[in-house]
Amino acid sequence: MASSDSATAPAPRLRGFGAFLRSQMRNIAPFLTLIVLSAFFAIASPSFATLDNVGNILTQVSVTGIIAVGLTFVILCAEIDLSVASIANVTGIAVAYFTLQESYVNIANVPMPGWAAILLALALCALLGLVNALGLTVIGIPSFIMTLAMMQIAAGISALLVRGQIAYKVPPLISTLGSGAIGGVPWIVIVAAVMLLGGHLVLTYTRFGRYIYMVGGNREAAEFSGLNVKLILGSVMVISAVCSGIGGMLGVAHFGSAQQNEFDTYLLDSIAAVVVGGTSLFGGRGGIGNTIVGLFVLGVLNNGLDHVNIDSFLKILIRGLILLAALIINVYAQRLRERTTD
Amino acid sequence: MSQGRSPILELNQITKAFGGVEALRGVDFALYAGEIHGLVGENGAGKSTLMKIIAGVHPEFSGRFMLDGKETRFRSTRDAHAAGIAMVHQELSVAPDLTVAENVFLGNQPTNRLGLVQWRRMARDAGEQLGRFGIDVDPMSRLGDLPIGLQQLIEIARVLFSGARIVILDEPTSALSPPEVERLFATLRRLRDEGTGIVFISHFIEDILRVSDTVTVFRNGRKVAETAAAETTKGALIEAMIGRGGDALEHSYTDDLQLAPSNGGRVVLKVDQLSLGRSLRDVSFEARSGEVLGIYGFMGCGQQELSRILFGKLRPDGGTIVVDGRARKLRSTAAARRAGVALVPESRRDMLFHQEPVYKNISISVLERISALLLKPARERAIAMRQVEQLQIRPPVVGLDLGMLSGGNQQKVALAKWLTYPPRLLVLCEPTRGMDVGAKNDVINIVRDLRAKGLAIIVLSTEPETVLSLADRILVLKRGAVVREFANEAVSKDRLLEAA
Repeated sequence: MASSDSATAPAPRLRGFGAFLRSQMRNIAPFLTLIVLSAFFAIASPSFATLDNVGNILTQVSVTGIIAVGLTFVILCAEIDLSVASIANVTGIAVAYFTLQESYVNIANVPMPGWAAILLALALCALLGLVNALGLTVIGIPSFIMTLAMMQIAAGISALLVRGQIAYKVPPLISTLGSGAIGGVPWIVIVAAVMLLGGHLVLTYTRFGRYIYMVGGNREAAEFSGLNVKLILGSVMVISAVCSGIGGMLGVAHFGSAQQNEFDTYLLDSIAAVVVGGTSLFGGRGGIGNTIVGLFVLGVLNNGLDHVNIDSFLKILIRGLILLAALIINVYAQRLRERTTD
Repeated sequence: MSQGRSPILELNQITKAFGGVEALRGVDFALYAGEIHGLVGENGAGKSTLMKIIAGVHPEFSGRFMLDGKETRFRSTRDAHAAGIAMVHQELSVAPDLTVAENVFLGNQPTNRLGLVQWRRMARDAGEQLGRFGIDVDPMSRLGDLPIGLQQLIEIARVLFSGARIVILDEPTSALSPPEVERLFATLRRLRDEGTGIVFISHFIEDILRVSDTVTVFRNGRKVAETAAAETTKGALIEAMIGRGGDALEHSYTDDLQLAPSNGGRVVLKVDQLSLGRSLRDVSFEARSGEVLGIYGFMGCGQQELSRILFGKLRPDGGTIVVDGRARKLRSTAAARRAGVALVPESRRDMLFHQEPVYKNISISVLERISALLLKPARERAIAMRQVEQLQIRPPVVGLDLGMLSGGNQQKVALAKWLTYPPRLLVLCEPTRGMDVGAKNDVINIVRDLRAKGLAIIVLSTEPETVLSLADRILVLKRGAVVREFANEAVSKDRLLEAA
């Protein structure tokens, strides 16, 4: 009786180990990728698995990591922000624009005290994020298109501020956080770690974080639950822009200069970090933990390819292929998950 | 009138099952050229299933299918189309982003020798066809920009003028205004006189009686009556649809049910002159504390729009909403929730998070109250557990993903979600649809408990049984207007159907 019942009953399925693995695929696959890549480069190159190089990798992923914090919020809501790199760039340029440059720098800059320059730069990126937010929620422009426009707008403001020139000076605080170190640990790594941790705490332990997962998981249901969906979506767009702005300011100090198109590669890198880490492009699944794994996958890959002798032009192709593989896993994991719970 | 001629379409002993449930049992059906054949029956009686078999939507069935006296089997809707059979489905199936002319000629655009579409000819012909139907629109305008009723008329026109010999219309009038219905009927009569065989399905029995030559009644997958329209009445048809003596296990509500007099509870909701496009017209009513107000009407009568307006998801064109004595604009669902309104929509998929655990689904409505900034998972689980025990949700595990629960238990979670945040007004859309008898009774008991606690409850349903089993007072909504109120008097399924 019991056995024939369990065979025909459409009642809740029992979850075996296989079902557990399938539901956790989006977390397991990126972690395995990281281990395999690390093992591969450690064997292929003696200079890869050294303490110095681990420090290098951490420093290399820091700016991407700071930008990826905000982007994780956006992607968890099933939206996208294509303007992150441009906003990072314009914020970095703005903080330099408001700092007194050397006389040989041919920019009509507006010198201000360091704190004022930082606040103005932060206000600028928050404002651009607010424009994204209003376009998305009030006017109803899809985030993909809205932030595509913002990408151009921010690049345009950058161009007007520097007019093809290069600025070097930034306020001392930014300079320290971007290129200084304390006890041998670069400040930029500490800032990235603190922001990632902060993002994780917000997403996991606050009401706002819960709402983000709910809006991403089922937007219709969130609205039928009486959540202010537009406010939540708007907030994540502003958070994303501010994270990008901080990444941009520290990046400028880290690179030692502020110029047009400096951050172009960071758009793909930050989206890749979030998605490779396993956060669902359909929203509601994933988190900062995934983003950290994704950051390391990208960091190990970029760094490792420099350690093994490889055609530098081939690197670009390899990165593209890795991203494609991650996207396939992302979509596939979503389907597996839906099959187990629905 | 059709005696002595052979039917163009004849079906014998048609049986069709969906996963073990028989939707049609041994049905005979015949359609003659130059005849309008009306079909009536309750939801799920088998009308639409039979028509989908005729239109080639369901190629798998048992029984004999004769077209022009020859046995035929359609493998797809294409086959049916090629044989001259066309159907207008209940759900609007148009391409809103294409022009009116493209919709009229969908899949059949006039082309020149190079295979290029002849736009000018298409626009001219579409204009002429629609003109014959009394529709005056620019054939090159985007279809989606037109009102829903007009879109439906254009879809019907497309099918009627496709040259089909057999035309099936499934609930074509639900979104149409009275003059549009008149125009449709005039066209149907003309096509009939030209020799087309027409099948007309509708919940509006007056419409069926006015336009049909023959009427067939379905009940529980069987054909229970076939009669000339001139020789029957609305009452007789309703009786045949419902059936006396009741073969159902449940209370069939065929006998009179005495509604209690008003309990004199405080007025929680007062709606005045609410209107929304063609969906709602001057709807006014009150809901009282400790009372269940039932709102009954056919699909498309405006119930769904009404429930969305009350929960701030739709903005009405006009009218006022007063909750607890305060006029409310209800600009968003968040505003409606704060005003004390809660809604359980007809689709559980729309209001629950299937990939999240049960407790998160339940606690979402109280999160604002129990946590200012940080979440309190232990408290959430405790609150959810209390609801799970009270509503006897199975299995009683609040950490389980919602998607693992059965439909009836999910519906209870949908209710539990609002019970943790006691609203002033609870709006329930189709609260027992698709549930088995046990789960239905559970939900009915939960609603009665809530009423006893003093909530004002509105139950909206297209199923008379649902409204009759729950309501203390009943409004009948028809084409967006309140046409009848049953209060402190006897009511039965017949009377409800009669009023709608």
